[in-house]
Amino acid sequence: MRAHERHSRLGPRLVTAAAPMLAVALALTVGAGLIAAIGERPLQIYGLMLRECFGTGYGLGQTMFRATPLVFTGLAVALGFRAGLFNIGVEGQLYLGGFAAALVGVGFAHLPTVLLLPLTVLAAAAAGGVWGAIPGALKARLGAHEVINTIMLNFIAFALVAYVGRSVFEPSTVRTATIGPGALLPRLEAWLPALKGSPANLAGLLGLGVSAGVGALLFATRRGYELRAVGLSPAAAEYGGISVPRTQTLALTLSGAIAGLGGTNFVLGYKHFFELGFSGGAGFLGIAVALLGRNHPLGVVIAALFFGALSYGGLVINQRVPKELVEMLQGLVILFAISAHQALERAARRMG
Amino acid sequence: MEILLFAAAAVRISVPYALASLGACFSERGGVINIGLEGIMLNGALGYTLGAFFTGSPWLGVGTALLAGMLTGALHATVTVGFRADQITSGLGVNLLAAGLTKFVLTQVFHSSSNSSRVPGLPAWSIFAHLPALGPVLAAPLVLLALALVAGGQWLLFRSVFGLRLRSIGERPEAAATLGLSVSAYRAAGVVISGALAGLAGAWLASEQHSFTDGMTGGRGYIAIAAMIVGKWSPLGAAAACLLFGAAEALQIALQGERFPNELLQTLPYVVTMLALAGFIGRAVPPRAIGVPYDPEQS
Repeated sequence: MRAHERHSRLGPRLVTAAAPMLAVALALTVGAGLIAAIGERPLQIYGLMLRECFGTGYGLGQTMFRATPLVFTGLAVALGFRAGLFNIGVEGQLYLGGFAAALVGVGFAHLPTVLLLPLTVLAAAAAGGVWGAIPGALKARLGAHEVINTIMLNFIAFALVAYVGRSVFEPSTVRTATIGPGALLPRLEAWLPALKGSPANLAGLLGLGVSAGVGALLFATRRGYELRAVGLSPAAAEYGGISVPRTQTLALTLSGAIAGLGGTNFVLGYKHFFELGFSGGAGFLGIAVALLGRNHPLGVVIAALFFGALSYGGLVINQRVPKELVEMLQGLVILFAISAHQALERAARRMG
Repeated sequence: MEILLFAAAAVRISVPYALASLGACFSERGGVINIGLEGIMLNGALGYTLGAFFTGSPWLGVGTALLAGMLTGALHATVTVGFRADQITSGLGVNLLAAGLTKFVLTQVFHSSSNSSRVPGLPAWSIFAHLPALGPVLAAPLVLLALALVAGGQWLLFRSVFGLRLRSIGERPEAAATLGLSVSAYRAAGVVISGALAGLAGAWLASEQHSFTDGMTGGRGYIAIAAMIVGKWSPLGAAAACLLFGAAEALQIALQGERFPNELLQTLPYVVTMLALAGFIGRAVPPRAIGVPYDPEQS
C-alpha cells in the first residue's frame, strides 16, 4: 500500500489538471455533433463564439460581466468543499445577498458613497452569510446533512423574497426601486475605454480580491489550515485539537457571505435594482465552476471565465444555433468532469 | 362537500410528488442519492409530450415518458455507479442537462424555447367518473396507478427478495458483495426504477397541462426528495408526506387572492423537511452507505 502510494504521487496532480480539460473537450465534441445535426458547421460556430467572447473589447467585457457572479459562487462552493461541505444553497445565498443590497441601497439612498457603498456590500455579505450559517450550525450541532438543508433553504429564500417583495417592490412590478447613487459600482469602461458599452463593473475586481483573500485564508492562515484539515478528515482534525463544529459553521457562513457578495454585480453594478429571479442559476453553475477549477481560487477564476464565455457565446450564436445548446454543454461538462476524474484516477492507480 | 373537493385537489397535486418520491426511495435505499429527479421528471414530461404529439395517443406518451425517465436515470447510474463519481454533483449535472436539452428539443420540434403545441391528455376512466366527489379524482388513470405503485413499492422494498438485497446494499455493500450480490447491478436497477417513476411523474404533469412548458417541474423533484426524507425512506411514509405537501399546496391555491401570506405557506414542505433532518420530528436516518460510491478495490 505504501509503495503504491509513493509511485502514484505524480498521478493525482496529472488527473487534477487533465480531467477538467478532457471534460470540456468531450462536451464540446458532443456539442459539435448537435450543431452538425441541425445543419450548421461546428467549427464555424465555435470560432464565432471565441471571436465574439474574447476578440473584441465589448465581447470581453460581456464575458467578464457574466463570469463575475460565477467567481463569487464558484469560490463559495469551493470553500465549502475544502471544509468537506457541499453548499448547494449558493443560489439562495446569492439571491438574498442581492435583495439585501437593494433594500439597503434603496432604504438609505440619501447617504454619500463613502457610507452607502460599504453598507450595501456588507448587507449582501451578511444576508448570504446568515443563510449559510443556518445549515452550517445545523450540521455542526445536530449533524443534519447540509446538502438537503441548503436545497430547502434555496426555496425558502425564494419564497421569503417574494413575500417581503409584496410590500417593497414597485407597484405592479417584480423589482425594487432604484438604489441611491452612492451605492453604484462604476463600470470598468470608465477606466478601460476598450470595454465600451459592456456591463463589466467593479464587482469583477471585488471578485478577484475575494479570490485572493480565499487563497490567502486557505493556504496561509491557521484558520484555513484547520478548515482544510476538517475537510480531509474530521476525525483526524478533531484529534489534532481542531473544533470541527466551529470550523464547519465558520466555513458555511463564509461560503454564504461570499455567495451573497455575488449579488453586487447585478444590483450595484448593472441594473441598480433587485429583480425577481435575477440570479438565474448562477449559484448552481458555481458548483460546475468549483468542480472545473478544482476548488482552487485561481482555478475558479479561470473556470468562471470559461462559463462566462459560454453564457455570452450562447447569445452570440443564437441566430444560427439555439442558445439552449450552451445550457446542455454546462450539464455535460459537469457529468464528464466527475466521470473523467474517477476514470483517470483509477487508471493512474493501476499504472502506479 | 367543500372538504371533499379540497381533498380531491390535494390528491391530484400529490400524484407527481408521490411517484417521484417513491422512485427516490428505490434509488436511495440502494445507496445512491438522486438529486437528478428534477431533471428526470422534466425529461419525462417532454417524453410524454413528444409521444402524445407524434402518435396522438396519450398512452404511448406515457410509454415514451417512461423511456425518457429510464434513460436519464441510466445516465445518472452510469456516472455514479459505473464511474463511481460523486452522486450529488451528478444529479445537479443531470438537472442542468435536462433543463437545456428540453428547451433545445422544443426549439427544434415546436420552434419555441418556452412551450410545445397542445397535446392530448390521459382520458378519464368512465367507470369511476360517476362516483360522487372523489369520483373525478379516481377516474384520472395515473391516480389509481400511483396508489397501486406506492403499495406495490412498499411490498417490493420491504417484503421481496429484491428489496431485501437492495436495502442491504444501501446499508453494507461490502457484506452484500461477499454474499455474491452485484452491488453495481442492484444500485443501477434502483436508480433506473427511480428514473421510470420520475418519468411517470413528468407524464402526469404534461398530461394535466396538455403541453410542455420550459421548467414546468418547478422544483417538484426536490420536494419529492424532501418527502422521502420526511417519510423516512419508506414508500408509504413518503406518500403520506406527499399528501401533506399536496394539501398545503391545495390550501395555497384555495386561499389565493385572500389576504394571506401564501408565500409562507409555500415554504411548509421545506421547513418540515429541515425540522425532520434536525431530529425534531423523529430521527430521519438515511441508509448507512448512502452517497458513498462502492469501490471493491478500496474495501
